[in-house]
Amino acid sequence: MSKISSVFQDLKDKNQKAFIPFITAGDGGMELTLELMHQLVDDGASIIELGVPFSDPMADGPVIAKSHERSVARGYGLANVLELVSKFRETNDTTPIVLMGYLNPIEMFGYEDFANAARSAGVDGVLVVDMPPEESQELKRILSNSEIDFIFLVAPTTTDERLKFLSQVASGFIYFVSLKGVTGAGNINVDEVASNLSRIRKYISLPVGVGFGIKDGKTAKEISAKSDAIIVGSVLVSIVDEFSNDKNKLMSQMKEKSLEISQVLR
Amino acid sequence: MMNQKDFKHYTLPDEKGHFGIFGGNFSSETLIDPIKRLEIEYEKCKNDKLFEQEFHYDLKHYVGRETPLYFAENLTNKIGGANLYFKREDLNHTGAHKVNNTIGQALVAKRMGKTRIIAETGAGQHGVATATIAARLGLKCVVYMGEVDVKRQALNVFRMKLLGAEVVSVTSGSKTLKDALNEAMRDWVTNVDDTFYIIGTVAGPHPYPMMVRDFQSVIGKETKKQFSEQFGGLPDALVACVGGGSNAIGLFHPFIEDTSVEMYGVEAAGLGLDTDKHSAPLNKGKPGVLHGNRTYVVCDQNGQIGETHSISAGLDYPGVGPEHSYLKDSGRAKYVAVDDHEALEAFHTLTRVEGILPALETSHAVAYAIKLAKEMGKGKSIVVNLSGRGDKDIDTVKNLMGNI
Repeated sequence: MSKISSVFQDLKDKNQKAFIPFITAGDGGMELTLELMHQLVDDGASIIELGVPFSDPMADGPVIAKSHERSVARGYGLANVLELVSKFRETNDTTPIVLMGYLNPIEMFGYEDFANAARSAGVDGVLVVDMPPEESQELKRILSNSEIDFIFLVAPTTTDERLKFLSQVASGFIYFVSLKGVTGAGNINVDEVASNLSRIRKYISLPVGVGFGIKDGKTAKEISAKSDAIIVGSVLVSIVDEFSNDKNKLMSQMKEKSLEISQVLR
Repeated sequence: MMNQKDFKHYTLPDEKGHFGIFGGNFSSETLIDPIKRLEIEYEKCKNDKLFEQEFHYDLKHYVGRETPLYFAENLTNKIGGANLYFKREDLNHTGAHKVNNTIGQALVAKRMGKTRIIAETGAGQHGVATATIAARLGLKCVVYMGEVDVKRQALNVFRMKLLGAEVVSVTSGSKTLKDALNEAMRDWVTNVDDTFYIIGTVAGPHPYPMMVRDFQSVIGKETKKQFSEQFGGLPDALVACVGGGSNAIGLFHPFIEDTSVEMYGVEAAGLGLDTDKHSAPLNKGKPGVLHGNRTYVVCDQNGQIGETHSISAGLDYPGVGPEHSYLKDSGRAKYVAVDDHEALEAFHTLTRVEGILPALETSHAVAYAIKLAKEMGKGKSIVVNLSGRGDKDIDTVKNLMGNI
């Protein structure tokens, strides 16, 4: 069983839900990201999602898009993110790490080289926003040889037919995009999410996490009643931006927000 | 890679939108089903006589096709080499080839019941062509344009506004065409229920590269017929500028199976191919994935897309249509590059010698055709796609020349 699967199994046994925070690697510097990762674990993160900085983050809203720009401006790329994961693994061998990003950096790295490097760094899952399952056979094969989970998005527009197809390629968990839009967009409609989740469950037995538009403990609690994990990104990334000149404040705000979410999931 | 004789039956892309290893659909999940619906609708249109009639009616009576194939005798004599012929896409309504595609896609949008049109634009020609057709069909229109391009193509921005479009100045990333495309994608994913995205070039996810090519290939079909009627036989070479590559593929596609016809795509070398200030993915890039398809891209070793440069906003793009990547690797077409200086010189030459003021994008094709005419020599024939007129570039040229 993969590290990601066993985290979900443990939580299920305890009747709890997973808190999956997302931050963009290298935003504010790799040292800051490393420190944040450890703090997030202390504050209840079950899995950490790291954004791999990319120059053209098409599916992201302004908050996360700007964080990509800031990290890219520091010269960071996929190789730096893998280094970061290795460093994190020096003191944490249990919390699963998922890389979330775009395909071109992986194309340039080379699929085999990437899978090998990611495995030895200690990466557990990979989510490639602009690689639908139809185009993913080769990467899927290579990642599963390296025992890395290939995580896919499901959207409100995903048809039942595609859910069946996705169930054959996805592993680890499913990332349900709660709304039609970019990351950090608008307000989430809890009823609509609930009906989509029961539709997904008809076809897919993997744990389902919900992301896009979850900003506070209240929404997290409502959504978690129907899902297995809550994914929170933009609101955390905006803290990194807002308090970039005051690290103590940044760390304390991040702690406060993480606890607000993680506590309602226990 | 296919060998030369296979071009006798050229049927690409395959049903998943692949041109060899290039093309495909690399979109985020939210867009997969809407894109599939578009693909199904477009297949219906392709097999519908009524759609074809409507499309050609509009091209004839609204756009003013067919456009002339003009023998540039003065320029030919001045160069003293191969005969130069211009396919006058600059004479289309709105001033460039772009309108061929917006007419076609708007008809598809109408059939799908979409009420809102979005587009990205670099030079503003595609934006103007989209705003034009949206005005005519009474559709709401939003055009995304990089902040840098908004400044250097101010006239086209004003034209779009006159036509009733909202122009959104994009301030993310390098603030040029690629960022406008990112922003349009973000809009589309958010408003996918009522919105149709009219992509302006042969890029994006399948079926866009195929659909845009099909609409633009009216250029090559007319050229083939006109050349044979006016001058006999086939031309020896075709030349067109390549940014995303829609005017080039429009000219090339009907000639792919005629392997005696050489095809040259001309990229923008900007300040030079040896610098990092160019827009020449086919000359200096490598295969990667950008904006929904696998193709040659300008990027660094981390996979970060490069910030390109060209004197012409319409060529200032780090990717290229996937079919061009295929034609390059298979050897069917050659891709060369012309720098800012050479393009500007060709702009002046054509204006003075033929009284035709070409767009700066088009000037790249003209510059290479002049070189090629000398190399090929007398008795040979070269058709250049005169893809757009240069009125929009007058400010840029004026600023470069100082006060004259």
